[in-house]
Amino acid sequence: MAKLVSLTDGVAHLVRDGDVVALEGFTHLIPFAAGHEIIRQGRQDLTLVRMTPDVIYDQLIGAGCARRLVFSWGGNPGVGSLHRFRDAVQHAWPRPLELEEHSHAGMANRYVAGASGLPFAVLRGYTGTDLPGHTTNIRPITCPFTGETLTAVPALRPDVTVVHAQRADRNGNVQMWGITGVQKEAVLAAHRSLVTVEEIVDELEPVPGQVVLPGWAVTAVAEVPGGAHPSYAHGYSVRDNDFYRDWDAVSRHRDTFRAWLDEHVHKAGAAA
Amino acid sequence: MTDETAMTSWTADEMMTVAAARQLRDGTACFVGIGLPSTAANLARATHAPNLVLIYESGCLGAKPDRLPLSIGDGILADTADAVVSVPEVFNYWLQPGRIDVGFLGAAQLDRYGNINTTVVGGDYDAPTVRLPGAGGAPEIAASCGEVVVIVRQDLRTFTERVDFVTSVGYGTGPGDRERLGLRGGGPRVVITDLGVLEPDPLTCELTLTHLHPGVTREQARAATGWDLAVAEGLATGAPPTARELAVLRALEATKADGRRQ
Repeated sequence: MAKLVSLTDGVAHLVRDGDVVALEGFTHLIPFAAGHEIIRQGRQDLTLVRMTPDVIYDQLIGAGCARRLVFSWGGNPGVGSLHRFRDAVQHAWPRPLELEEHSHAGMANRYVAGASGLPFAVLRGYTGTDLPGHTTNIRPITCPFTGETLTAVPALRPDVTVVHAQRADRNGNVQMWGITGVQKEAVLAAHRSLVTVEEIVDELEPVPGQVVLPGWAVTAVAEVPGGAHPSYAHGYSVRDNDFYRDWDAVSRHRDTFRAWLDEHVHKAGAAA
Repeated sequence: MTDETAMTSWTADEMMTVAAARQLRDGTACFVGIGLPSTAANLARATHAPNLVLIYESGCLGAKPDRLPLSIGDGILADTADAVVSVPEVFNYWLQPGRIDVGFLGAAQLDRYGNINTTVVGGDYDAPTVRLPGAGGAPEIAASCGEVVVIVRQDLRTFTERVDFVTSVGYGTGPGDRERLGLRGGGPRVVITDLGVLEPDPLTCELTLTHLHPGVTREQARAATGWDLAVAEGLATGAPPTARELAVLRALEATKADGRRQ
């Protein structure tokens, strides 16, 4: 049964230096508050995994938490490039960042394989692109039934997956709805999981299109209202599009980024 | 002035978006990315293609936004979709089997065979001059959609003899490559730029200039291309935006501000 914890304790116990960490969310329900707590607690040498590393990963990379990034699209959605990510790749600032790069289809299937307890996933993908030339984690495989050549990618098994959801009950059953991306697969693929939620309620009212993660499949739940900001939680908040737009200027230079990080992350402290 | 009256004043980007929207046939399913593709697809849906099925990789199938979404995960897409599915489902059940008619892609670099780079430019992969966002859904969209429409501004930086990285395959190195690679979709059917329209030659697969936008010359198009751009014998000038197309497009663009306030 998932343990109800504070955000500070959840990150302290579940996210360790050197871990493979997935903070998932597809534009919606991105666990920003948890990412900030990881920065505040000074985690190092993380392998960050995510299909769409966006602003929270830009912050984690700029803060020096990451050694390696496994991803399929790294940008500021609807705005442009991630400047901290680019600075790390192009100039090794604040430290070098190793990349392992995939397509969305490949990453999604890697989580599915992890959640399914399989060593790899098979798909029609990557063929003819330059992506397989830069990682050993994309390989051809022959179908034993038809002889057709397909592509294999290894399962993702994060040490810990962190996601944000709308609600949980007191037994740690988690409920999310709207665009739920790859969060279910990412949680089930991981050895440990931390879910931040807008609120903890006595009873989960059914919602159309909901995804429920049973409490016994989740390690810990922390109540963090607004924990997805500037992303959003459908039914609770709307996306702060101005923040994403403004991030372009904030993140463009190292000094403005550092000042932002001090003001809004280090000095802010965990809300929960 | 009627709705079909040709306008005399528009921007190159407006012409490009209108030309791209015209490529989308009513009743087809279209895989859409944010930016110009999303604007063009929503313009098509608001004009000649009311039953265009918009599919966003966030899992929104059949989204019907009444304003331009600001990201692929904009809440209005989930609110108006026929179905919201998981991301693995979008790629495995919908894209991979070939259920989607048209894929709409942008490019940072494009070569004469319609191969696309959105990964790195300059230097080498480990130390690039410019690190771009990467592949996202594009490699499998390019592989598996019935056909691909590319929308991209035409200049020497983008239209290159060779792409620095093949993120998404067009026609590879020429005829027969898609079949050899086992790519089941048809590949790029048309490339819409701010200067005109390029289509693959049926025999050589090489992108050929088939239409110029009004007011653009073939010399301009050739000068903005990093290879010796082939020009179709019957090179035509496309129709300018109609009053209705421009009015709807400008109204859609104006809704971006509404999205920010929500």
